[in-house]
Amino acid sequence: MAKNKVILYAVVLTISFLAPFVFPTFGTQLATLWLMIIVAMTWDMTGGQMGYNSLGNIFFYGTGMYVAAVISIGMVYNVGDYTNAAGGGIFEFTDQQYFTGLVLGIIGAGLFCSITALIIGYITFGLRGPYFAIGTLGVAIAGGELVSNWDWVGGGQGIALPVYPGDLDEGKVFFYFLFAVTGIVLFIFLKWFYRTRFGAAINAIRDDEEKADAMGIHTLRYKLITWAIAAFFVGVAGGISGFQLIHFEPLETAYQTINLGIFMVVCVLLGGKGTLWGPIVGAILFHLFKEVTWNYFLGWQWVALGALIIVTVVYFQDGVLGWLMHKRPEWFGIRVENKSSGDAR
Amino acid sequence: MDQILSNISLLFEFPVVNLKIVIDGLMIGALFALAAYGLALVWGVMNVKNLAQGDFVIAGGYVSWWLVQQGVPPLLGVPAAFIVMWGIGWVAYKLVISRVIERDLFTSLLATFGLAIMMAQIMNLMFGSDTQSVDLGYKTLYFFDELIDVPIAKLIGVLMAATLAAGVIIFMKSSRMGQAIRATAQDARAARVLGIDTEKVYAFTFSLNAAICGAAGAIIVMVWLIQPFYGITHSIRAFVIVTAAGLGNLPGVIAAGLGIGALEQYGAHIFGIGYQQAIAVLLLLLVLIIRLFQQLRNRQVLK
Amino acid sequence: MSRIIEVEGVSKSYGGVVANKDVSITVERGGITGLIGPNGSGKTTLFNSIVGYHPIDQGSIKFEGNEISKLPVQKIARLGLLRTFQQTRIYGAMNCVENMLISLPHRKMSLLDALKTNTKEDYDHADHLLEFVGLYEKRLLKSGDLSFGQQKLLEFAMALMNEPTCLLLDEPTAGINPTLINGLIDRLRRANSEFGITLFVIEHNMRVIMNMAETIYCLAHGELLAQGTPDQIQNDQSVIDAYLGAH
Repeated sequence: MAKNKVILYAVVLTISFLAPFVFPTFGTQLATLWLMIIVAMTWDMTGGQMGYNSLGNIFFYGTGMYVAAVISIGMVYNVGDYTNAAGGGIFEFTDQQYFTGLVLGIIGAGLFCSITALIIGYITFGLRGPYFAIGTLGVAIAGGELVSNWDWVGGGQGIALPVYPGDLDEGKVFFYFLFAVTGIVLFIFLKWFYRTRFGAAINAIRDDEEKADAMGIHTLRYKLITWAIAAFFVGVAGGISGFQLIHFEPLETAYQTINLGIFMVVCVLLGGKGTLWGPIVGAILFHLFKEVTWNYFLGWQWVALGALIIVTVVYFQDGVLGWLMHKRPEWFGIRVENKSSGDAR
Repeated sequence: MDQILSNISLLFEFPVVNLKIVIDGLMIGALFALAAYGLALVWGVMNVKNLAQGDFVIAGGYVSWWLVQQGVPPLLGVPAAFIVMWGIGWVAYKLVISRVIERDLFTSLLATFGLAIMMAQIMNLMFGSDTQSVDLGYKTLYFFDELIDVPIAKLIGVLMAATLAAGVIIFMKSSRMGQAIRATAQDARAARVLGIDTEKVYAFTFSLNAAICGAAGAIIVMVWLIQPFYGITHSIRAFVIVTAAGLGNLPGVIAAGLGIGALEQYGAHIFGIGYQQAIAVLLLLLVLIIRLFQQLRNRQVLK
Repeated sequence: MSRIIEVEGVSKSYGGVVANKDVSITVERGGITGLIGPNGSGKTTLFNSIVGYHPIDQGSIKFEGNEISKLPVQKIARLGLLRTFQQTRIYGAMNCVENMLISLPHRKMSLLDALKTNTKEDYDHADHLLEFVGLYEKRLLKSGDLSFGQQKLLEFAMALMNEPTCLLLDEPTAGINPTLINGLIDRLRRANSEFGITLFVIEHNMRVIMNMAETIYCLAHGELLAQGTPDQIQNDQSVIDAYLGAH
């Protein structure tokens, strides 16, 4: 079993490493796949493992984009002047300025989002179930609307970041690996995180928060920390996306409530809520479906997407892994009451 | 910032401007209250929190708008939207809602969110993304040296909203179906034991909700603007109102609806029209926070 | 002995129904205190008031000398005052050992401790306590599949795992097979003497409470009717009348 696992991880890592070189034309799509995996895994931290279904995690994606942009531009120029000129004109970045801005911008985006999550979460985690979902959706929409009215960061026109200094294909591989490394770090982190006492405690919050309260678990603290970690990774992913896309605007790209904001939920449901691999499987399936079918819908793709959400939610909510768990519980080490397990020691 | 301050000082220099804002707010708030009443109905009877509420409103608006383009008199658009949206609501119930009623609340929320995305996109493909409105061609009444203008169209809109609300209330109080709906809302299992076909009640309630929203939308298109993606804001307004008023509190829903309308108009006046969506959403967060603290005092959470 | 819980003049009503009226009770540290009364006499309401499930109308509740009547559930639980539920609450999707491990006393953990995986001692401790309540054989089964009585025992074991200072038990023997009740009484006594946990027990079964408690309070119609040793309570005419007159 352990040997199989080592082989599995080796294969996955090798594929991840080779993919951009084997399929150079799909560089951007592959990077987007990693983005989906990251946001799906972070959504599952609260939605699947802790039982808090957020519809507003996209808030951290958009905020991460803007924070990264403001940091990397602000280190060199006045942000207001820069956005006033709408990216045109005299604003040049040296290679060193670009990469310092990129590193600090992405890390800053993650940290800023973590802190924001602590502040917002202090209020929203008093809400349960549907109120939490609607409240967080409200936060995401409010974020987009406020930013699109904020001229300092470019208002509704959005903001343009400096362009990757190397050649175009090299840039694609660079951003692919930024996403891939973030995703792998996140995976390793979660694999450890879910096995700690902390991980068990957030499962307890999901299954019966009142009981967890009654047992003296620091529910609010654990919820805040979990969300802050999720927000950190979403913010980082947003920051990377900002540099990758170069130009973005608030409502359709950054705070894209009905695109990526809902995709991440669908990915998790499709793959299987509350499992380590579910979000990854779901993100791959969803991304494949989207990329393969997108062009055949002739403008109706968004309608098809709405339909896919409904079908997933209504008919296939346990996801692939949930379905497997039901069919093959022994693969997951779950015991069912029968004679042989009754007297197991 | 200067703009905001001067907008505020305008309110004090010309107190009559306040009156205009309040009147505008109350007139639009009456329509918000209609959609919110529908939401409270569905929420209370079948415990479905419908995020497609606003898209029903917009769809009703487009039904009326399309008919007017075909040469139908605008005022007939309201009953037409009521009927068409009844049908759409019924279809939505049979295809989606009926399968999520017994499930957890997030399921219904997400399923209706998917429905909302689908409806908005279909309307976008069918009618384009421009804002639309219907001009009734009535005069406008002026008061206070023309500082206050009240278009007759808006008055008619409010009147129709009030008539519709009164009709629904009388229906709920006195008809057999209305009684069955109220019984189901109190205890679905007991209602089933007593021989009420709750499946029928649910389908009827959801269709009625869609129809109310549709009629509200048909009025909104006469007095305001619609656009395929305005739905989510209307949904959020409905949530704000119901959360503020609580379920099964009809006077509360009306009061909250009017209040939200007025507050939004004030916000739009002070911060500019670009903040309209943001204001609706921030009101939601505000209401949630207030309710949260009320519950906290009872050693409870908001669920 | 010092007082661990001091309830003074607590009143609580729901709408027009008075559930508790001017109730005063003290629980001595290290002992076993019982709370009895006919159905609907307000026992569970009093429990819920103590552990913070609803606000009280009047009066004061102190735990180890600190006022707790305004605190929410989780803060009270973190002081070391724990309760079990009349309708058992366990994590049905997890097995018994996982249930036990979740019950580790998080209030005593720093964040760094919480971010550790469970140690071998934790597993051994969990196994030991499951053995103590007699669920060792079942420890790897999904706890939701256990019988009601077994779930009740599991909840009791979880409470012990949590190392509370004081444990409020809401009808620990309800739903338990009568042949096992003697064993349970013995375990409750041992929890009190060996683990040093103060017990405050609601119980319907007179034989159980009379055998176990040192002090007993009796509620009727929301008011305190009598208090005293088991002998005094058994011979108190008003208690007998309350029970006979209840139906």
